[in-house]
Amino acid sequence: MTVRIDQAKCIGSGQCVLAAPDVFDQSDDDGLGLVLISEPPAELLPGVRDAVDRCPAQVVTLEE
Amino acid sequence: MTEAAVCPVPHENRVHPLGAPAGFAEAISDGPVKMLWPNGVEAWVISSYAGVRKVLSDPRFSANKDGQPEMRTEGEQVLGLPEPGNMNVMDGDAHLRLRRPLARAFMVKRLNEMRPRIQEIVDEHLDAMERAGAPADLVSSVCLPVPSLVIAELLGVPPEHQALFQATAREMFGKNGSRAEYEAKAEELDGVLLKVVQEKKASGTTDDLIGLMVNDTDFQMDELLFLAIGLLAAGHETTSNFFGLFTLTLFEKPDQLAILKRDPGRADVIVEELMRYTVGRLGGAGLARRAVEDVEVDGVTIKAGEWVAVTFQANLDESLCPHAGELDLERRAVSHLGFGYGPHQCLGANLARAELQILLRTLFTRFPDVRPAVPVAEMDFREDMITYGAATIPVVW
Ligand code: HEM
Ligand code: SF4
Repeated sequence: MTVRIDQAKCIGSGQCVLAAPDVFDQSDDDGLGLVLISEPPAELLPGVRDAVDRCPAQVVTLEE
Repeated sequence: MTEAAVCPVPHENRVHPLGAPAGFAEAISDGPVKMLWPNGVEAWVISSYAGVRKVLSDPRFSANKDGQPEMRTEGEQVLGLPEPGNMNVMDGDAHLRLRRPLARAFMVKRLNEMRPRIQEIVDEHLDAMERAGAPADLVSSVCLPVPSLVIAELLGVPPEHQALFQATAREMFGKNGSRAEYEAKAEELDGVLLKVVQEKKASGTTDDLIGLMVNDTDFQMDELLFLAIGLLAAGHETTSNFFGLFTLTLFEKPDQLAILKRDPGRADVIVEELMRYTVGRLGGAGLARRAVEDVEVDGVTIKAGEWVAVTFQANLDESLCPHAGELDLERRAVSHLGFGYGPHQCLGANLARAELQILLRTLFTRFPDVRPAVPVAEMDFREDMITYGAATIPVVW
């Protein structure tokens, strides 16, 4: 299970951080989304799926 | 096949001040339907949750709003013109160029740092309301001044100009606003902002949003001024209205208000549900987009060049959550459309969230008995604005 953000279209909305604060952060330089844990443990997956759903730019993916 | 007559979009006569315009829900019940706006422009109305997300995120729909369907019956378009700095009407890279550099100022962690200061502003206004005594008007004592001061601080504009940017916002968001009157206000505000810009240039600061735009972006002066005015206006008008609408919604549903009072620490989740439900219940036709090529949405083909308008009633779609037509403050946060979706999703959403959470939690903790002084149905609502809300909310406690 790999989490990725395609930064090319990320708008730095922080929805991923709200959905799964342990897995995502925003870069201090430009506010864009960052993946902190690219292979998150099972208990964090619901939050990651929520981030995939909420990301307004549709750039968060979870490869199952 | 003969073309059926296009029906006018229902946009007046809300049966309940917190509900949709009369006839709107019926008009959209069979899926996408083309309607005629008061300014003579036709648009497809899309109302399913999936359909609205598609319209707001598919690049085959442009955000260019020149000539868009509007509720106005007179005068010329004020909002949504292709002006330098108007990110809201831009697509693709041009949009990202303006939007991205601002993301830093609205980062979740940046706003978390601002929370103590927002709390202080909220406390000061509630103190003043308490000192003045009941009855009070919640709109003029809290709903309007708090977001106004917060956005002024975030931008780095002296608070004494509050009245001017409140007036500019009223011109900007008036349904039948006049271009000339808006320009006169914007020019006055430009004068104030130009001075602020000079100061930021001299100090080199990037600690506030204007400083950041002046000293750390490639924005031209006209872009920067447009963005600053837009943020000042959008930053308080909407948040202010929604705090009022949320409060009224809770006044009407004491069982739900009891949930907030019992567990104010869940204000974050509660604000998401209030936003989903309140926006959904107000319904009506909202954000517009224009197809740049033929696109299929909810079984109809929107042809290149045609307008579409989404309705936030999609927030009440059962595909989003069970018993979606009910306010349920015990629900987990769902991906509602209250702040839009796609690349134009509200830039200030995290700020608005922080303000609304602090306002709600503090109001009902400090004044557990606060209640409307007149029935909600008898209150005065601002039907003349694109940004709908209560004109006054008389309360006692
Ligand atoms: C409860 C409060 C608010 C609500 C309900 C709200 C709602 C929205 C919605 C629905 C959009 C999408 C427009 C579109 O798709 O064309 C939007 C965009 C925007 N909002 Fe908000 N907003 C709120 C507060 C704020 C605040 C506090 C700010 C500024 C600090 C702000 C600044 C903006 C800006 C700049 C955009 C344009 C973004 C773009 O086009 O990329 N809003 N807002
Ligand atoms: S939710 Fe999407 S657009 Fe927003 S910061 Fe995260 S990755 Fe970027």
